[in-house]
This record gives sequence, structure tokens and C-alpha cells, in this order.
Amino acid sequence: MDFFKRHFFVSLFAVLGLVVVAYLGSQAASLQVFFGVVVPYLAVLIFLEGLIYRIIVWARSPVPFRIPTTAGQHKSLPWIERDLGEQLDNPSTFKHLVGRMALEVLAFRSLFRNLRTELRKDPADPGADRLIHWSYKWLWLGAIAFHYAFLVVILRHLRFFTEPVPLPFQLLEHVDGFFQFFTPAVYLSGVVLVVAAFYLMARRITSPTLRYISLAADYFPLLLILGIGISGILMRYVYKVDIVAVKELALGLATFHPVVPKGIGAIFYVHLFLVCVLFAYFPFSKLMHAPGVFLSPSRNLTSNNRWVMHVNPWNYPVKFHHYDEYEDRFREAMIEADIPVEKES
Amino acid sequence: MAKVPKPAELLPGLNFQPPAKGWMDVKPEFRPGTYCNPASPKWMEWISYPFPEKRSIPDGEWALPDNWQEIVLEGMEDRLNRFRSLKVFFDICVRCGACADKCHFFLGTGDPKNMPVLRAELMRSVYRRYFKKAGQILGELAGARDLTEDVIREWYFYLYQCTICRRCSLFCPYGIDMAEMTLLGRELLASVGLNIDWAMASVAQCYDKGSHIGATPQAFKDMVDFLAEENERITGVTTTPSYNRKGAEVLFVMPSGDYFADPGTFTMMGYLLLFEHIGLDYTLSTYAAEGGNFGWFISHEMGKRLNAKIYHEAKRLGVKWILGGECGHMWRVCNQYMPTWWGPVDFLEEPVSPITGTRFENAKVHKMVHISEFTADLIKNGKLNLDPQRNAHIKMTFHDSCNTSRGMGIFEEPRYVINNVLPEGNFIEMPPNTIREKTFCCGSSSGINANENMELRMQGGFPRANAVRFVHEKYGVNHLGCICALDRATLPTLLQYWVPEVEVTGITELVGNALIFPDEIERTTDLRDRDLVGFGEAAEEDAEEAE
Repeated sequence: MDFFKRHFFVSLFAVLGLVVVAYLGSQAASLQVFFGVVVPYLAVLIFLEGLIYRIIVWARSPVPFRIPTTAGQHKSLPWIERDLGEQLDNPSTFKHLVGRMALEVLAFRSLFRNLRTELRKDPADPGADRLIHWSYKWLWLGAIAFHYAFLVVILRHLRFFTEPVPLPFQLLEHVDGFFQFFTPAVYLSGVVLVVAAFYLMARRITSPTLRYISLAADYFPLLLILGIGISGILMRYVYKVDIVAVKELALGLATFHPVVPKGIGAIFYVHLFLVCVLFAYFPFSKLMHAPGVFLSPSRNLTSNNRWVMHVNPWNYPVKFHHYDEYEDRFREAMIEADIPVEKES
Repeated sequence: MAKVPKPAELLPGLNFQPPAKGWMDVKPEFRPGTYCNPASPKWMEWISYPFPEKRSIPDGEWALPDNWQEIVLEGMEDRLNRFRSLKVFFDICVRCGACADKCHFFLGTGDPKNMPVLRAELMRSVYRRYFKKAGQILGELAGARDLTEDVIREWYFYLYQCTICRRCSLFCPYGIDMAEMTLLGRELLASVGLNIDWAMASVAQCYDKGSHIGATPQAFKDMVDFLAEENERITGVTTTPSYNRKGAEVLFVMPSGDYFADPGTFTMMGYLLLFEHIGLDYTLSTYAAEGGNFGWFISHEMGKRLNAKIYHEAKRLGVKWILGGECGHMWRVCNQYMPTWWGPVDFLEEPVSPITGTRFENAKVHKMVHISEFTADLIKNGKLNLDPQRNAHIKMTFHDSCNTSRGMGIFEEPRYVINNVLPEGNFIEMPPNTIREKTFCCGSSSGINANENMELRMQGGFPRANAVRFVHEKYGVNHLGCICALDRATLPTLLQYWVPEVEVTGITELVGNALIFPDEIERTTDLRDRDLVGFGEAAEEDAEEAE
């Protein structure tokens, strides 16, 4: 089996395996406490501890140099105008830095800049092939759709953990189900999430270069999220579960008085288990790009190194070729060439 | 030197299809023309670098020390603890592939390991294997692999196919910067004795004498004096630079490429004319005679060891502030590293232009001004007497240098200068996706502008040359301007190969061409001895014809 198949199928079977485990587990009443209470608590615990631990590990290493990647005109002479875009792309003040980070995190600024470059062959003259660069927003669109849909899905789920459901969550539900087709009304976010995840998966598999670089660590979280999305959609629209019981369980977890109501369908346990695995997996995976982007030194630093000192905590003296040694070596020649010296002999 | 295939032979072979085998099983092919020679032990001894041995690549004589794995892994751990960038960049890549077709080496070679994401994975895989639980347990399935000799050879091959240009970092949604990883990876290579000769020779010469060409103080003075004489011959104006003069107001530091070889020398002549024109009280230094920092191409520490000379000399000479010439990575280092290495710089004053009185507030801590900032300010304040018609034979496009673009952001100053020294309509931009922050590298920077890897250099510079060819064919552009000495050293070779009709020029050279002096002789040629359009005999003939 080649590299791609190994990494892809291991991920696929891992996710399918998780589905089977959850399904079988939910069949035995005695295990429902395990899958309904123990696993969720454990997952949240691992998620939080892992997240904090990983961030601390990163933060323990200092940032020795101020190395922002500058993407716009720097601040120099007062009459050189910089529009807001340039001020954000090459931030010279903290305010603008916050703006740059906000754009990066909320709007995926850098990905929005994405280009596609292609070699256009010239059949008549093989030495005259041309590179064509054009703006390519599909990856940005896929990523933004995926992340925002995911965010809405998570927020929407908070209604299971609150009683009474706060107004914002109720409103969100209405907006999300705005296009009232099908019963119950289809949530846009769920559909967008699954479609976007499919897109991200499809490009990984169909593009030869992407397939070449992809690891199990890339397929697994995507397949896991697809599993979560699909099981959620199936649960809502096809294999309906006892929603009141689900809420009872969720509220019990949230208020630390866990109860496991009888008769929730197996599909719920599959869904829940996959979510738990995602939570527990998060801190040890590439999903840490979410907190990581905040700590990325090429993005989170102000470009003001020429007028504000940046201190390197481990800065140490280095051996360099001192002027005195230099002059000692070249003194005679320097004098002969009329170059001023410190000592005449 | 291996024969370099012609463009028409090179391009048909260029496709972006990765091999069928997984990347961990593909070994680099050390084909002549594609890799740099290992450093001669002599240079390594000069700067006390470890394991100076005679090495021969690729035929097996890599002369790695017995405990090389231990050294590399300890070095990696040490750097993980010192550089948050490395830790974060190792951990958060999602392999989205946005960086892939942004790298000029990938676009020029089609080798998938030149996609920044995969070049980083070459190092990340080792990191996962030794520093991550998942990698230790799952091995290849977690993207981890043992640190074998093949892996270290692969690092040597590909980390010297990265020019630290940061174009990938611009497009990465998390700002993951291959340049940072390449630099740290090169430090690891150096820790077991693996360095490339061209970079190491330059570093050793800079360290020992003062410039990458190893010029002695008297040789440096001779070269610059010769250029001053050339100025006098062409313009009739005496430009007399001073050397190591105490009490001068400004220390001028330029990259050594500017006094060593054409076309940089014409830029140097431009500097001398400019300073003469405004009567600047400045000195050059034979000791700090190199702004370009070749040390930073091989390690942070070596960068600091070479950079030391600039402040050290400014302090010794008692100047007020430092003016820096046209150089790319010199300015990345001066901008993002120098004040941190040596600050606070309380022996210098906040730079003020003695001609215009402009206070360079943006340089108030590190006390160094870029020549383009300085010149733009002079022009803005009407201090230069310029005749753009003297550049009428030059139809130019501008190459933003990687380091001043993505490690500083100096875009408008050089353009302002260009627009004031060229006749209207003679400045044409390349396509927007290939300039400014999205600029393409010359393909030979960061110490790899050797001769033995010429094929690779021509491939790496292909995207840049391709954009130049576009404006050449469409608008008749015949010059490529830049504010970087490495560009002036490498782009002529590149353009000779891809677009031979286009020449390379520094921006201050154009200023030198355009400056009008009260006591000058009649100008009939530019600084390169090329006839001016519309001046001298040619102009008279034209006038006669018109009558």
C-alpha cells in the first residue's frame, strides 16, 4: 500500500472503528453511563488540560527577535501615505496589530491573499513558457465556510446545555433555520459544514501535490468532523432520537448532576462519542493551529523595531573581529594608503 | 561546472507531478548543477566552526562526526527552547498547501520537496520522531521518521534550495515562516560540519577582513578611489570619499557588492555623486566595509558576529548616525535583528538629515537610515538638482527585494526616487502578483549564488525572470532596477539566461545619472559610458535633421 493509501485508509478505518465502538457500546445499557457521562467528562478534561498545557509549552520559549512578515508599506517619512490596508498589513502601532490579528483570525486575511500560479506551455517555442498568477479564493471560501459553520453549530448546541435557552441562542436557531424547508427545518450551518468539509477532503485527495503532502493527521480530523456532521444530520432528520432525553443528559452534564435517561437512540451515542474524540484529540493535533495563530511571531508582532527596542532574554555576547586586532594586522598598509589609524606604530 | 541546459531544454521537463513513491522514500538526487559544494575546511577554521573536514558531495564523503545525531537532536531541543517561532511553526501547520505554488524553487524545479510545506516537513518529521509521543509510537503514520544520514543529506540539499525570501510566510494563514526554519536548520547542519562553500567563504572573509571579497583596507580604498576617478572622468565632478575619518557626521555602510563588481559599482558611483551633490559630511569604513550580512545566512550567531562591526565602528569614529546602502538582507538584519543584538544604541543620535532637517523618527532607536528614505526626503525637499532626461535611454521596471519587502516594507521610497529620476512613462511595473510584498526572489540569495549550482539558480529565478520578460516584451522594458546588492550580483546572470535584452541597475545609479552639478563637464554618457539620448553630438545631429 502506498503512502497516500496508508495514511488515508488508516484514518478512515479509525473513524469507522470509533463509530462501531460507540454503536456497540450504546447497545449495552451498562455501558451507557460510560459513553454518556464518563467519556464526555474525560474528553473535556483532556481538552482543557491539553490546551492549557500546549499553550504553556509554546509560551515557555521566548521570542528572541521581532520578525513580523511585513505585507505593506512601512512607517517612514510622514508624507508617504499608507492606507488602512497597509497600516494593518504592516502594523506600526499596537492598535493596528490588533487589527491585523483580528483580520487574520476572523477573516483569514492571509488566505484571502491566495494566488494560483500555473505554467502555460507554449507549444511553438518551448523556451517561452509563461507563468500565470491569478487570485484564487476557493480555499479561502472553503475554509471560512467550514470554520464559521462549525462555530454556528457549536453555538447552536448550547441550547442543550441551558434552561431556559438564552435569547441569542434562540435567535441563532431561527436564523440558521431561516429557509424553512423539510421538517424539522434544515439548519444551514450543518449542511455548510459537511459540504465544506467534503470540499477540503476532496481537494486533498484529488490534487496530486496535496495528496503527496497529506498525512493521517490531515485526513483523520476531517473524517472525524464529517462523521460528526453526518451523524448529527442523520439524527435530526432521519433516525430521530428522543430530544427531551438528550437535553436531560446534556443539562445533567452541564450542572454536574449527570443522569442517563433510557431510550436515546444509538446514533446519538455515535455522534457524542465522535465529538468527545475530537475534543480529546484537539490538543495533540494540528487543530492547535487555532490557538497557535495567536502565538505566531510573524503575525503577532508590531513592526516597530527601529524605534522600539525588542529585548532578547537570552542575548549573549559573541566573539567578533575587534577593530584593534584588525588595525594591528593592517596598520602598515593603512598608514601607507593614508587611512587614519588609532596607533601610529 | 556542469553545463546549464538552455531555457528551451529546461522548461519542457518542468511539470508539477510528484513521484509515485511517498516522499519519505525518495532520496535527493545530487545532480551536478543543482547543489552547492561543501565548505572548504579553511574557511571554517577562520571562524572557528566545528568539524572542518574536507568533504565531497555527493559520493559519500560527508565526514559526519560519530555522534552527529546526538548533536543535531540536542541542537534542535536547544533551539526549540530558544525560539518560540520554531516550536509553533513545527506544531501548527495544517498542510493546506497554500504555500506550495508560492515558492520560486517549486515553480522553477517542480520538485515537490521545494513546496515550503514539504521542505518544513523534512525537519518536522524528525521533530515528531524524537520530541512527540505520537511520532515515537506511530512512526511514519504520524509523519515521523528516524534521523538517518539520508535525512541529513536531504536537509543539506533542500535547506540550500531556500533563499529565506519569506514569500511562503506571506501566504500562510498562520504566518509559518520557512525562512526561520531554514535558518535554524542550517544552524543544525553547521553544528555537524555541513556548510556550503560559497556562503562560508564569504562569511570568513567578512569576518577576517571586512567584506565578502576579502579586500584589505588598502584594496578597498583603491576600489572606491577608482570609482571616484571614474565619476570625475564622466561628470567632471571630484567626489572624494573619506575613510575611517573620526568626527564625520554620518557613517555610510554599503554592501561590498557595490564597490566590487558591475553593475553594483555604478550604484557606488551614484552614492558618491549624491553625497558630493549635497555636501554630506560622511565617512566610509574599511573595517565596517560590508553591510551585507552573509553570517545571517548560516546562523543567528554568525549574523551577530558580523553585524558587530557596524555599531562598533560607528562608536569608534564618533559619528552621529549611520546611513545604509541599497541591500536587501542587510536591511532585514538591520531592521529586525540589529537593535535587539546590541541595543540600546546610546552612543549615536537620532538621525536627522543635515540637508533637510528631517528627523527620521522611525529610526530613533537603531539610528540607521535607508538610502532610499534619505534620497526620497532630499527630493521631496527639493535639494537635488535632477535632469531625468539623462535617463531617457532607460525604460525600467522595479524588482522589490524579498527582504526589504517582507522583512521591512520599503516600497514607496524607491518608487518615489525612480519617478523623479526617470522621464515620465519610463517606469513600468511588473504584474501586481509579482511585486511589492508578493515579489519573487532572484533565486540565488542567502549564500547560494555559487557557480556550481547554476542550473538550480536559473530555475529558482525563473518566476522573477518570467515577469521581467513579460514587461520587456509588452512595453520594451530594458532595465530591471533594484535596491539590493545580491540582486545586482545575481540578476544579471539570471536575465542573461532568460531575458538577455534587460540589464540590471541600482536606483542610486539612476540618481547619479540624473544629478546636475554646477561645475560639471558636458554630459554625453551615463555612468556606464553609454551615450545619452538627446545629448551631445547625437542631439545636435537630431537637431540638424529636424531643420
